[in-house]
Order: sequence, then C-alpha cells, then structure tokens
Amino acid sequence: MLLIHCPYCDDTLPELEFAYAGQAHVVRAPLPATQSDAEWEEFLFIRDNARGPHFERWRHIHGCGRFFNAVRDTVSDRFYTTYKAGAPRPDLASLIGEAP
Amino acid sequence: MSRFRVRGKGRVDAAKPMIFTFDGTPYTALKGDTVASALLAHGVHLMGRSFKYHRPRGAIAAGSEEPNALIGTRRGDGRFEPNTRATVQEVWGGLQTTSQNKFPSLRFDVGAVNDAAYMLFSAGFYYKTFMWPKSFWDRVYEPFIRAAAGLGVAPTEEDPDSYASRYLHCDLLIVGAGPAGIAAALAASATGRSVVLVDENAEIGGTLLSEPDAQIDGTPAWDWLAQSRADLLAAGVKIMPRTTAIGYYHQNMIGMVQKLTDHLTELPADTPRERLWRVRAKQVVLAQGALEKPLVFHGNDRPGVMLAGAAQTYLNRYGVKVGDSPAVVTSHDSAWFAAFDLADAGARVQVIIDTRAQVRADLQEAARARSIPVRLGHTVTATAGRLRVKNLRVNAVSGGHVGAGTWINCDALLMSGGWTPSLHLFSHTKGRLAWDDALTTFLPEHTPEACVIAGAARGLWGVQAALNDGAARAREALDALGATVQAAVYAVAKDRTGTGVSLHELPTDRSASKAKAFVDFQNDVTAKDLRLAVREGMRSIEHVKRYTTNGMATDQGKMSNINGLNIAADALGKPQPQVGLTTFRPPYTPTSFGAFCGYHRGDHFEVLRRTQIDPWAEENGAVFEPVGQWRRARYFPQGNEDMDAAVRRECAATRAGIGMFDASTLGKIEVVGPDAVEFMNRMYTNPWTKLAPGRCRYGLLLGDDGFIRDDGVIGRLDADRFHVTTTTGGAARVMNMMEDYLQTEWPDLEVWLTSTTEQWSTIALNGPNVVKLLAPLVEGVALNEADFPHMSCVECTVAGMPARLFRVSFTGEVGFEINVAAPLGRQLWETLWAAGQPHGITAYGTETMHVLRAEKGYIIVGQDTDGTVTPYDAGMGWAVAKSKPDFVGMRGLARPDLKAANRRHLVGLLTEDHSLLEEGAQIVFDPDQPIPMTMRGHVTSAYATGTTGRPIALGLVEGGHEKLGETVYIPMPDRTIAAKITSSVFFDPDNTRLKI
Repeated sequence: MLLIHCPYCDDTLPELEFAYAGQAHVVRAPLPATQSDAEWEEFLFIRDNARGPHFERWRHIHGCGRFFNAVRDTVSDRFYTTYKAGAPRPDLASLIGEAP
Repeated sequence: MSRFRVRGKGRVDAAKPMIFTFDGTPYTALKGDTVASALLAHGVHLMGRSFKYHRPRGAIAAGSEEPNALIGTRRGDGRFEPNTRATVQEVWGGLQTTSQNKFPSLRFDVGAVNDAAYMLFSAGFYYKTFMWPKSFWDRVYEPFIRAAAGLGVAPTEEDPDSYASRYLHCDLLIVGAGPAGIAAALAASATGRSVVLVDENAEIGGTLLSEPDAQIDGTPAWDWLAQSRADLLAAGVKIMPRTTAIGYYHQNMIGMVQKLTDHLTELPADTPRERLWRVRAKQVVLAQGALEKPLVFHGNDRPGVMLAGAAQTYLNRYGVKVGDSPAVVTSHDSAWFAAFDLADAGARVQVIIDTRAQVRADLQEAARARSIPVRLGHTVTATAGRLRVKNLRVNAVSGGHVGAGTWINCDALLMSGGWTPSLHLFSHTKGRLAWDDALTTFLPEHTPEACVIAGAARGLWGVQAALNDGAARAREALDALGATVQAAVYAVAKDRTGTGVSLHELPTDRSASKAKAFVDFQNDVTAKDLRLAVREGMRSIEHVKRYTTNGMATDQGKMSNINGLNIAADALGKPQPQVGLTTFRPPYTPTSFGAFCGYHRGDHFEVLRRTQIDPWAEENGAVFEPVGQWRRARYFPQGNEDMDAAVRRECAATRAGIGMFDASTLGKIEVVGPDAVEFMNRMYTNPWTKLAPGRCRYGLLLGDDGFIRDDGVIGRLDADRFHVTTTTGGAARVMNMMEDYLQTEWPDLEVWLTSTTEQWSTIALNGPNVVKLLAPLVEGVALNEADFPHMSCVECTVAGMPARLFRVSFTGEVGFEINVAAPLGRQLWETLWAAGQPHGITAYGTETMHVLRAEKGYIIVGQDTDGTVTPYDAGMGWAVAKSKPDFVGMRGLARPDLKAANRRHLVGLLTEDHSLLEEGAQIVFDPDQPIPMTMRGHVTSAYATGTTGRPIALGLVEGGHEKLGETVYIPMPDRTIAAKITSSVFFDPDNTRLKI
C-alpha cells in the first residue's frame, strides 16, 4: 500500500484515504463553446499513457477532500512529489535528478 | 519408539507422545513433529498422488517448499483444510489427516492409468485435445476438465474460525530467523530500535536446527541458539515464529500471516486461527536462506527419493532416519554431509554417487572412514519401486559417454543439485537480479526498497558466512536508520560449507523422449515437456511456463523454476540471463482465504446502509432489495400476496387514495454561497437564475461528453441556497463531480457543498387524498394551488417538526416530499401513518415507485440511460437551457456524433399480445433477417402490473422519436414478440392529476 503526501494536510498517509482522479493539467477551456471539435476531442478523450513519470490528480477523499496533483512513476509507483491544485507543473528533469 | 526414530537425536520431545491419524490409521508422534516427520518415523514415505499422472509420491523436502506431500487436515466440523503441506503441519493430539488425489485408496489408485498413458498428456495437452467438435464443449470436455481440475477437495462447511488483522510499525524487520537473521537481530538489539524477527517455522534457528554439531564462538549451535533467543527477548526484540512474510509491497509494507492455533490440541477460547499483519518497516533485512535443488533424472519422483538436506533435517531436527539403506546422488558437497550424518546414526549408506569426477579429498576420506562406497563421475539413469524406491541404476560417465548401467538396492535416495537463493520477496520489490555463472543461479542485485539481503539468500554458504553477513548487512540497515553499531564477527567450528556444480539434467544412456524426469513435481512437468514446448514454438519463458504449467502449482516453482529455466535455455540455445526468470508473485506460500478476509465476512463484508424508517418497514413485513449500499423496502406484501399482487394493490391505492414512500435514500447536497446560482448554472443543463426562492426545478446533470449522468429535483430555498437531490446510487459520484469542478475549474466561485443525504429523513406522499391528510398537519404554508403550486418548496413545520416541504411528484399524482431531521423520520412516518388511516393510506416500496414513474415516462438514470444517452435522446430537450454561455456537457452535446440522425431514442413500447417484455432484450426492425440480426435498440424498463391494465415498457430505439406507431420486434429464445412504438407517457399525458 502506497503512502501519499497530501499537500493540504502536509501529512503522509495511507493510500486508502485517497482516490485517483486521472491525468493532471488537462485544462477545460473557459468557454468550451468556442472550441473546435478537434480541441474538444483532445480535452475529453486524449490522455498520456506514460511509462515512467506521470502527472496525475489525486483526491484526499477520506481526509480533507481536496484535489491535488502528483508526479508518480507508473513503473515503480514511486511518488516524486505532490503539489496543490493550481500550482505550476514542476520541472521533471530536476525532480528526477534529485531522486536518489 | 517408532521404527525409524533415532534415540538422542532431534528436538522432538520423547516425553510427550501424541496420536494422530493418516487415512484413518492411527500413528504416534512426538511433540515437535510435523505430519511428515512423524510418518517417516514409521517408515511411511507414500503420502500422496501426483496431480496429472497420479504417481505415488512422498515428501521430497522438509519445509514450506514441499510440492508432493499435500494432505487434508481436519479438526471437527467446518475445520477442514485441503492441500496442507505435511512438512509444515505440526502434529497435535487427535489431528486427522487424509491423502489426496486418489481413488479408491492411496496404495491402489485407478487414476494412475494416466501414468501409463503419459504420452497422451504431454505439454499443451488441454490446448491440443479439447479443440473440436464444438458441440463437445458443454457435455464432454468441460465436465471432464472440471472433474480433473483442482488439487484436493474444497471444504463444504462454513469456517467456524475467526481471523484477525493488525498493523505493525517497526524500525527493522528481519525476515527469516536462521543464522543470518539472528545475527542481524543481535546486531540491532542493542540500538534501542524496534526490531521484529519473523520465521515461518515453529521455532527460530533455520539451518542451525539441522546443524547441531556446529560450534559458534566455541558454543554448540543449539546452546548458542537458546542463549541468542533469550538475549533477543531480553532486549525487547519481537520474535514471531509460525509467521510467514507472504508479500513485499510498496514502500516497505510487508504482509505477514501468523498461524496461532493450527498446532494446538486444545483450541483456546477467543483466539483467532490466523492473523494477517500489515507491517510498515523503515528497513528490512531479507534473510530467507536458500532452497535445495532436485536433480532431474528418470524416476526422480518415487517415494523415498528426497532432497539430501531434507534427510539431514529429518535426522537432526526430528530424530528420524529416512531409511536404513539410503543411497546418495549429488553434484554438490552438501549431500555428503547428509550421508555422513545418516551413517553415524546407524544407516548403511549404500553409495554416494557424485556426478563430478573430482571431489574434495577430506570428503572422500570421511566416506572411507564410514565404509561408504563412492562413485565419482557417475550418473543415475533410473529408479525402480512401485510405492517406494527400491533400487537405482548407476552408470559411469566419461568424456560425455554414458557407460553401462548397474542396479544398486536402496530404500531411500537422497539427491542434491546444489542450492538456489530464495529471492521471492526480493522479487516482489521489483528488485533486479543478476545471473551468477559460477553458482548457476540468479543473485539479488538492486532493489528500490529500503531493504538489504543477507546470508544464503545472496549465495553465501555456511553458518559462519551467514552469521557474519547477517551482522554486516544489519549494520548497513542500521546506518540508514542513524544507529551505529560495531558488526560482530563470528567464528564457527565444524562449519560444513561446500561447493558443487549445477547440472541441467543428469546424463543418461536412455531415450530422452521416454524419460520421466520431473522438474515440477506438483504439476507433473518433465524435462521432456519443457523441450516439447520450445519445439512447438514457445520462445518466452513466460509462455513455456504457461504451456507446460511449470512453476504454476501451489509451491510456485520453489524447486522447479531454476531447473526449468536451465532446461528451457538449453532447448532455446540461449544463455539463462537472456531467457530470464518468470515473475515471483505473492503470496510466498499458500495462504488461507480467511487470513485475507480477516474481519470482513458475514455482516461485516460490506457496509449496509439503512434509513431511520427501515425498522418500521421490517416490522411491517417489507421485502427488501439492495440499492447501492442501501437496503430499501421493495414491496409490503399482505397475507399471501406475491410481488405482482402487492405491487398492483400498492399502485391502485396510491392512484386512488394515498401512498406513502420512504425516499430517505435520495442523495442530497446543500449548495450554498454568493455564487451558488452561478455554480448551478454551470453544473446543470437547466437555467437557474430566474428560479425564484421557494420554487423547485427538475435538474439534469451531464458529463462534459454530453451524456446524462444524474438527475433530481432541486429546490431554491433562498437566493444563495439550493437543496439538491440526486439519485440514490449517484449521490457520492455527483458530490465528487461537483467538488472536482468547484476546486479545480472554478476555484474563484464562492460556493460550499455539503453532503446532507443522511441528515434528512425524506417521506414521499402521493395520491389524490394527500392534501386531506397533510393540510391539518402543516404550519407555515397553505396547501393549495395558489399558495403552494406544483414544484414549490418551503421551510415549515409538519406535525410540529421543522421540515423542508417540497411539492413534487414522481408518480403523476399530487405529491409532497417532507424532509425532517433524520432522527425524527420514524416519528413523522408513524404520525402520518396514524393520521392517514381514515384516508386509506398505503405504504409502497421501490417496485411500485418504479411502475408508477414508468407509467408517466419518468426516467431512472442508470436504468433507462446507460452513459450514452443525451437529454435529446431521452426526450428531455426541454430541460436544456438554450441561452447559457456554458454548462457541463454543453459543448459535448454539439459533438457530431451526438447530433447525428438515427440515434437511439427513449420511447414507450406496447406489446401487441399484451405480454411482458424482458428488460435488456434486444430490438430488431426485421424479424425475418438471418442471424446475426442487426440490433436496433433494447428494452430498458418493463412492468407487468400497474394502473394501465396492460404491461408497459420503455426502450431505446434507433430513430425512435420519428417512428411513433411503427412496429418493432423483440426476438426471444422461444418466439418473437411484436411491439408498437408509443409515447413514453402511458398515463395522464396532460398531467391533470397533478392539480389539487
């Protein structure tokens, strides 16, 4: 069972308290009506299928209830970092470089 | 004293004899015996029959890796366990055990005919044999496979035992309490860190239990063991015997199963049988030791053929001689020591056959001193003996040529093909393995977890090497914890280390295609099967494994994986590291379902949610149905009524008088804040800005893909406050979706969401007489068309209780939904029930609710919709706002596919012959077309009884809204039903009955 750090509670807690919520940084246009079919298809359906670090959303559903973002390696399940919703996407190279 | 028990040997307690039975025959055993050691003490080697060929088999090992000696154990009613390894089941007085896989008896088994027909049962037998004809599947092949499948017999009674589970957090977890593990624990014990030492055996010691003559720093091994155990306990180390680390999971979580009662004669009260531990350790030392490898030769599976190390363990740990005249065949020094120990215990060792031409002089000298004949550079090419090995065929090998064979008599054959480090848990960590050519095995190289490997688990042989490595590796782990220790250095006298060579198969002068040289004993996989798999095109070791089933039995290939790999690599003509090892998966040893279930059984298996009114329903004879986690009253039968009769009565009473329904399970969400109306505008399809406080509206929730996700009536209580209701099953999902959009897309909106499902009890009253009942009880609003029209809501009191009163209808009748604080639910229900008696009030359940709503064409999300239905498909375009800049799903509705012609529309269906359609049945336009027919839709709801006097149905039909009045067909197995497409509203289409 994974241990996950909630950036809002600032605590590392068992996976059971959290729910996965899909890929992160998929932005819903402020006015979707202006989007082309291709753009809307990209938003609705097209997702990364990363082997390695993956930007994804989690929700501390049985805790504070907040959605946050994480970088997790899909091979090792290692969490490189978690950060609050709305915070900028962290630089992957420096994240992975720092990892021992 | 039993015939093969050796006086003065072993750790069993001769003062504590016990009786157990095997296949009904009573045997004596001593305290400390396993079933296997006790049977061997009586000279019983035949313990089971193999899975495929039903060949007679005995114990080949002495520990948890045993593939052959699987037995059923029984302790009275319900306490039967199949496939227990006789080598680990401790004997207790009265234990009943049975052999498996035999009929009518273990000594004479008709299934052994498979052995004679072995040419038919080669690798891939199932794939090749059960191909055709197709009609044979149901009646011939499947029954045959089912009858032959499975090891042992599953218990039929409910398990009366309880199973516990616990969490444990520690600084250092040491898996395996042999010399390496104990040295690691001793190193850590002085640091004040929390240390846990676990071992699957009944007592700690590992190899030391089989090596009593070794001297550690001048102390005999068993004295050193006793002192070390006392020291560890005194230092606060938690020692857990009979505890198997079954899996190594992420971030140093180790799953362990502790057996608590399976060794006890008297079951203690209030003690679980097993306990599952979830351990989170800061550092882990894996000291799981090594497993001895069998040799692969024709007839290597007869009872009496066993691992040399196992024979040594039976002698030294259990005081049991496995034979009077054993022979030894080996490619490793270690088997020589087993021969010496047996000779010293009085056995006449017939011969030591070593495949190597050169062997250490001191070993040869020791054999000579014991008058044991030695044959170097020899091979074994066959054994004989029906239920027990009686002789073996020995051939000289020189320059790759196998000479003529001679037969040597024996009553046991001890074999050793060297040792394989036990890397199961290490592999669970996704650790990287490196091939070691010298040892012909994989060794641990790197793991991402905070874990070190010590002792024989990384290819170090001998007690001294294990002790010193345990101490040194523990020091590494302690360093990582910030605790500095001096690693102890141990000196061991009479340490019996050795080397050897690893052979893939023993050389033979016989046809390899006829040899029964077993690699996987439990699944009856031979070297020939592995070669056949490669010949037939299997290239990946994973395919070879699945085609032959090598390593797929309950022993998970503990003995067979390396031999299997070597033979497959030869056949493929590739080096082993390029072929690679199959994946080890948890659990390490077979684990009971009970341990995994723990407390989650019976009523604790899943949460059961009940409303406040549920006890009243139960007292009044309701029949319940599960709806999500809720149980809801489905109908209230009176007298001998069946469901149809009850539903017919409940429907009629509601349409004619008053029906009362417990709607408390409806999801409820309170949406509050200055931006609440803006939030509602963005979430739901409907416009909310102009909805006045005190009014309600039916709300439709889509996904951004444009498909219906949920619906419900939403009341605006105030400018900044909405009372949102959702479907019963959708409440949590809708709440999550709202939170998602609010937190991540529109964090600027000042809105707060609160789940209030369980804060309210909700009672629905429907029918023409409702106002007569309710008006006298309501204070704060007049129940008439002017003051409180349909789709109104108000905060008032009902029967003196503060309430939120909604005038809504899910039946087509005048309807109210009364929400009161949840604990008042039953009081209000009973008040209304009493007050309603003069008006013929009738309680109805979910089935009547379904019928009444279907008569009005009101959809149920998830029944009449399936995640591909738009509001337009459902005939609810009226609920979609036309002038909002955005709402969830608005852009999705404009996708080309969602605007396409010929989408499936929700329509009513009336059968021409008044028969009842089946929900889920497929709809076609042309009943005479050839099969497979083109399916044009399906039935979503169908009800036999109601107020319309005939069965009704709803369905999704291609272009249905343009086909009103046309006939479609529903092919069923026995006939084809014709139905007319109608409006989905079957009753009171003008809504005249909604008026007071």
